[in-house]
Amino acid sequence: MPELKIKDLRASVEDKEILKGVNLTVRGGEMHALMGPNGAGKSTLGNVLIGHPNYKITGGSIVLDGINLTDKTPEERARAGLFLAFQSPVAVVGVKLSTFLRTAYRQTHPEDKVTLTEFYDRMKVHMKKVGLDESFMSRSVNDGFSGGERKRFEILQMVMLRPKIIVLDEIDSGLDVDALKLVADEIRDYYSDDVGFLIITHYQRILKNIEPQFVHVLKDGKIAVDGDNNLSLRIEEEGYDWIKN
Amino acid sequence: MEVEYSKDAEMEKLLEDLKNSNIKKEDWEFHDNYKPVYSTGNGLNRKVVEEISDIKKEPDWMRRFRLKALEIFESKPVPTWGPDLSGIDWENTNYYNRPDDVNSTKWEDVPDEIKDTFNKLGVPEMEQKYLAGSVAQYDSEGVYHSLKKVWEDKGVVFMDLDSALREHPDLVKDYFCKAVPATDNKFAALNGAVWSGGSFLYVPKGVQIDMPLQTYFRMNGEATGQFEHTIVVADEGSKVHYIEGCTAPRYDRNSLHSAIVEIYAKKNAHARYTSVQNWSKSVYNMPTKRAWVDENAKMEWVGGSLGSKVTMLYPSSYLRGPYATTHNLNVSLAGPGTVKDTGAKALHLAPHTSSRIIAKSISIEDGKAIYRGLLRMNKGAEHSKSHVQCDALLINDNSTSFTYPHDEIYEPTATFGHEATVGRIGTDELTYLRSRGLSEDEASSMIVLGFLDDVMKEIPMEFAVEMNRLIKLEMGKLGAVG
Ligand SMILES: Nc1ncnc2c1ncn2[C@@H]1O[C@H](COP(=O)(O)OP(=O)(O)OP(=O)(O)O)[C@@H](O)[C@H]1O
Ligand SMILES: [Mg+2]
Repeated sequence: MPELKIKDLRASVEDKEILKGVNLTVRGGEMHALMGPNGAGKSTLGNVLIGHPNYKITGGSIVLDGINLTDKTPEERARAGLFLAFQSPVAVVGVKLSTFLRTAYRQTHPEDKVTLTEFYDRMKVHMKKVGLDESFMSRSVNDGFSGGERKRFEILQMVMLRPKIIVLDEIDSGLDVDALKLVADEIRDYYSDDVGFLIITHYQRILKNIEPQFVHVLKDGKIAVDGDNNLSLRIEEEGYDWIKN
Repeated sequence: MEVEYSKDAEMEKLLEDLKNSNIKKEDWEFHDNYKPVYSTGNGLNRKVVEEISDIKKEPDWMRRFRLKALEIFESKPVPTWGPDLSGIDWENTNYYNRPDDVNSTKWEDVPDEIKDTFNKLGVPEMEQKYLAGSVAQYDSEGVYHSLKKVWEDKGVVFMDLDSALREHPDLVKDYFCKAVPATDNKFAALNGAVWSGGSFLYVPKGVQIDMPLQTYFRMNGEATGQFEHTIVVADEGSKVHYIEGCTAPRYDRNSLHSAIVEIYAKKNAHARYTSVQNWSKSVYNMPTKRAWVDENAKMEWVGGSLGSKVTMLYPSSYLRGPYATTHNLNVSLAGPGTVKDTGAKALHLAPHTSSRIIAKSISIEDGKAIYRGLLRMNKGAEHSKSHVQCDALLINDNSTSFTYPHDEIYEPTATFGHEATVGRIGTDELTYLRSRGLSEDEASSMIVLGFLDDVMKEIPMEFAVEMNRLIKLEMGKLGAVG
């Protein structure tokens, strides 16, 4: 069972401290929700976890299954089993979606000698599930994708690359009602004792669909409250003002 | 099923190839210590031009041509509409450097140091494997030329222009500076005055050469100029592919490369010209390249521009006969601190002519890539067509590219279209790919191959490899943590 341990994590962007000591543990079989006001540092946490070079870690540690990832490159973290579905996935012009996923898979699962055809067949099954037409295979990564299509593609990458610890940054924003259901289904299908989720969201909608056991509120760079799904209900009604730093 | 994915499989293979290729910069930026046998010293004046002509024992018409060109050169100002050219040190440039008296048809006879240089660059090996003929030029003079016997027997002429002027004076005179007169621009005039070397290729009527012919230009001296003049004549119904490669070592003082390339594609002929330049960052590269394309003839320009400090290059096609076509592909890389001001010109002078121009540029850091194009449809060029596509890729969070197309359309039945795309690869894009497990190398290779995808078949593999290597270096900086 995987275990991600975030300990007293501090990080800054352009010399401005954003994360001011975050403590959080996500294990296989666990579903965590992370909420918090705009600008609290939720996406920063996601980016710091995957090693985005623009974010500087100034203290604390990120440990996955006993391996310290704090100073590792993004690709090393990905290969260790960490995955972030970005809040705003960027377009990478010229990089073909199918080749990209295939190359990523070979890097994250070097032991699996699956052929190109088998891999693409698998991919097509999941494209159908997340509602992406097969024609997307030959398009450039996220290039010209609608907001919802980008989100669907993030989920497709998740199920294809089979990571262990998954951070979904506002996967529900920009999705229509039907897409939200498809995405929630894929998340639930993929969910098992071997994977842990950290779902960043502002809304009750998705949490109703996937019912996290743990809800945390990040405020001003720190986890301010922990609770269960009732906490998310209260936030939906009362907002964040009642939470003290 | 497998057929459907053949393209992906090919891509996977290319990625592997790129990973395993490790051409290094040292491979061509070295310089040897060969001392020129004769040099005119620094600076340019009438005496220098006369001296060059004397050494070459040229016919009188050529000598007069040179002196006239010098006057034109002196009368024209340095162009200021493009990149900054103030770094050209006119006074301290060496306009003529003769490596040796030998110009051989056997590699063994080439002086050892020069031979070593070409060996290191892989020139003789290429010749054996892929070429129908080759010419090697070292500084100002051709030092070697060869042509397979089958082609010689069919009347093909391939040698450096100086030799051609001696052996086929009338043929040379028919084409010399017809497409590119000395009055064309300052750099063409300069070439007219001090030209030396370059290739002369004549393919007789109906002769179709299936293997390419190549010239390799090597500039070795510091602050020297290379002014070769190349003429390719594809006579009626013939077919030919001519390739040029050029490199130079890197020096602190700037060198100048100002060539002329003239191509004559006669009726029903098919001429293809490929050039790959990887001059070092101390070279100003200012060639003038032009093709005359006659009735139903086809001209293809393929250019890969990696090196140099400043390059200004706009290969042009004059579509002179009905149904003449030109394809122009240019891929350029503007590395840090360099300027690529490149483009194409298509002049439609007859009915039913067509042109297709694809310009792809990659700029990294403060490297500046500029597309400058001219499309002219003369009155009477009925039903002519043109399509221009400019794709720019910016590698950096804040680099830029510019597009200056210029259209002069005087024919109402002509049609034309422009397309332009700009993509940017910065830290976020690179991080996105890496966050899925791709190494920096793979990420950059995929980006480069993806960008070149639609033209990959057209460009030499070594070019793609070298381009990829240069870009990888740059991306390494983007991905660096904090
Ligand atoms: N690359 C960056 N450059 C400058 N400031 C940044 C950068 N990334 C994040 N920040 C700042 O860090 C703070 C936290 O941003 P972050 O995106 O982590 O918030 P968030 O909790 O995800 O908010 P939201 O709910 O709006 O998505 C904000 O003030 C933001 O402006
Ligand atoms: Mg956010």
